[in-house]
Amino acid sequence: MTSPLLSVRNLKVDIPSGSGTLHPVRGIDFDLHRGEVLCVVGESGSGKSLTSLSLMGLLGRTLERSADRMEFDGINLLGASGRQMRKLRGARMAMIFQEPMTSLNPVYTIGDQLIEALLLHRRMPRAQARARAVELLEKVGITAAASRLGQYPHQLSGGLRQRVMIAMALMCEPQMIIADEPTTALDVTIQAQILRLLYDLVREMDMAMILITHDLGVVARVADKVAVMYAGELVETGTVAEVFDQPLHPYTRGLLDCIPQPGKTGRGEPLGTIPGIVPSLVGQVDGCVFRTRCTQAGPACLGPIPRRSRDGHLFRCVHTDGYAPAETKAI
Amino acid sequence: MRNETKATNPVLELKNVSKTYSVKQGLLGKSRPLTALRDLSLRLEQGEVLGLVGESGCGKSTLAKILLGLEAPTSGEVLVDGAPLGSQDRLALARRIQPIFQDPYSSLNPRKTIADIISLPLRVHGIGDAASQQAAVREILDVVGLPSRVMHTYPSQMSGGQRQRVAIARALVMKPDIVICDEPTSALDVSVQSQILNLLADLRRDLGLTYLFISHNLAVVEHLATRVAVMYLGRIVEEAETEALFDGARHPYSEALLTSVLTPDPSLGVPRMNLGAAYPNPIDPPSGCAFHPRCAKATEACARQRPAPVVDEDGLIACFHPNGMAPTRSRPAEAAPRLSASV
Ligand SMILES: Nc1ncnc2c1ncn2[C@@H]1O[C@H](COP(=O)(O)OP(=O)(O)O)[C@@H](O)[C@H]1O
Ligand SMILES: Nc1ncnc2c1ncn2[C@@H]1O[C@H](COP(=O)(O)OP(=O)(O)O)[C@@H](O)[C@H]1O
Ligand SMILES: [Mg+2]
Ligand SMILES: [Mg+2]
Repeated sequence: MTSPLLSVRNLKVDIPSGSGTLHPVRGIDFDLHRGEVLCVVGESGSGKSLTSLSLMGLLGRTLERSADRMEFDGINLLGASGRQMRKLRGARMAMIFQEPMTSLNPVYTIGDQLIEALLLHRRMPRAQARARAVELLEKVGITAAASRLGQYPHQLSGGLRQRVMIAMALMCEPQMIIADEPTTALDVTIQAQILRLLYDLVREMDMAMILITHDLGVVARVADKVAVMYAGELVETGTVAEVFDQPLHPYTRGLLDCIPQPGKTGRGEPLGTIPGIVPSLVGQVDGCVFRTRCTQAGPACLGPIPRRSRDGHLFRCVHTDGYAPAETKAI
Repeated sequence: MRNETKATNPVLELKNVSKTYSVKQGLLGKSRPLTALRDLSLRLEQGEVLGLVGESGCGKSTLAKILLGLEAPTSGEVLVDGAPLGSQDRLALARRIQPIFQDPYSSLNPRKTIADIISLPLRVHGIGDAASQQAAVREILDVVGLPSRVMHTYPSQMSGGQRQRVAIARALVMKPDIVICDEPTSALDVSVQSQILNLLADLRRDLGLTYLFISHNLAVVEHLATRVAVMYLGRIVEEAETEALFDGARHPYSEALLTSVLTPDPSLGVPRMNLGAAYPNPIDPPSGCAFHPRCAKATEACARQRPAPVVDEDGLIACFHPNGMAPTRSRPAEAAPRLSASV
């Protein structure tokens, strides 16, 4: 087995506050290999964005990150200086956010922003940078690319802006892209086009991608590997087939039951639900975080939760197969 | 048009409704007309769940606001039970038709308690005294699955799902017959969305409600709607029974929309969309069929003429090259609209 491009062990984020420390990310472990698409899926507030910002070294100052290991292509990210991280972000790892307007500068043209970044990171002559910018825009499927260079971000549709963001991310041919809900703000038609584009580019350029989403449909269609996040923890990790065809964690099963699935859910039949709310993550978090909403919960769920593996399909649950044994099943 | 002989009972009807806004382009730009709805006709039948789908900006919310009487059409008619909306008493209408909007955060007044928010319509209509209003609030909270202790809390103290339940309670406390839902679950997590969808389905069954259900989530529409209308740039391009539409859409645009739905099936990849150009600018709509610049089937005729909507036993279709085995019969005299009328 080749060594992973990105290897993360026991990643944590703490946010100190007046009422105690918030623990929104607790003990994340995963490996990302070259050419692989890992989808991190979870509901809002589960810690997906904080996880990705931690990897990129973009957490705010008041947030505390720690890990046992965070290694990217042999580089220890935990020890990297601000300057080293900036260099890495420009050249080898890139990030795409949900709302491109927040990352594109509204007062500069698309051309200004693309060319400037190329001049900065690649130190190429201006004419060459311009040609490369046009090439990149064409690569992400923007027609009449040369004429777009003079346009401002607000003159583009949401889908086009996201394509420009992808072009910027590709500029230095990164080894890894982290895309945080890149299509959540877009229409379904545009979403499919953008996902197709990202997918094809990742394959073509042999990049690795972490795609963060709350949409199980996106995950099923794009992921090689899936990590299901709940309240700051990865509760289940496996290949896309493992997680969708044989979900082991009760939360994953619950989530899949909540969405209407043509052929599986009858029209108008009740959908599955996950009653209750996410617990507070302030102060010490003990036992299984999902137990308050879990159909399989029992007294053991208050104790330490083992990490189980079935041939590499990982999940955190006191029950060996994710189901409470019949005789001890809670009320 | 056999449909007209079918016994129908439209509770709400739009007849040739157009809505034009005036928008300024740029800081110093002139105002230009933006036509959000174009000569649109639609019926909402008693007891149905009519799904309304289409990309953002196609006019779904404008249509909802017009049905609710919150916006006036620029031309055309809105009928409630066959009578013009304008001729009816506003308060009486509000008793019959209630909205549920997307954003449970901004649509609830943050300074009012939940009880105040839900009982407001009762007070406006002068229904009952304070005690019976409180009782009605308690009853409706129970219907939407909220404990009565939330009565004295504020919206900020509730989760997104709870707030959407409050919005539903507020809509239902008047015991309306018709509920206009505009993206009611779009801001919610899937585990909360499923609870709200189940609630809407239960309420429909128990209270005999009629829904217009607007959503960009086609899987949700397929699940809940009995009939679907597909909108493109201010017009309805296809109407069909839900099952028929999802089994095989006739309009190439409906087909593209359905293709873009990512069902959670890991054996399938991301579909390759066959949509060339971007969504058009409504200020500058394309000639002929507004969809033609993005349509793989477009011919020269599509750029020149707008296909008239054809009503048949399967629903409605406005396309020169619809999918499906039987060629769609077009209405002889009206099939080729006059050029001037189409743009
Ligand atoms: N800067 C911050 N200060 C305090 N709390 C934060 C901050 N950023 C995120 N959080 C909290 O951490 C949790 C996880 O947030 P996030 O990673 O953004 O979730 P997701 O991306 O999965 O929706 C949330 O409860 C959020 O409110
Ligand atoms: N108050 C308004 N003033 C000007 N333009 C508007 C207004 N409301 C909506 N529009 C425009 O009308 C079109 C249809 O909008 P809307 O009905 O909100 O679409 P949808 O709900 O399908 O996304 C859009 O182009 C939108 O920008
Ligand atoms: Mg996020
Ligand atoms: Mg809308």
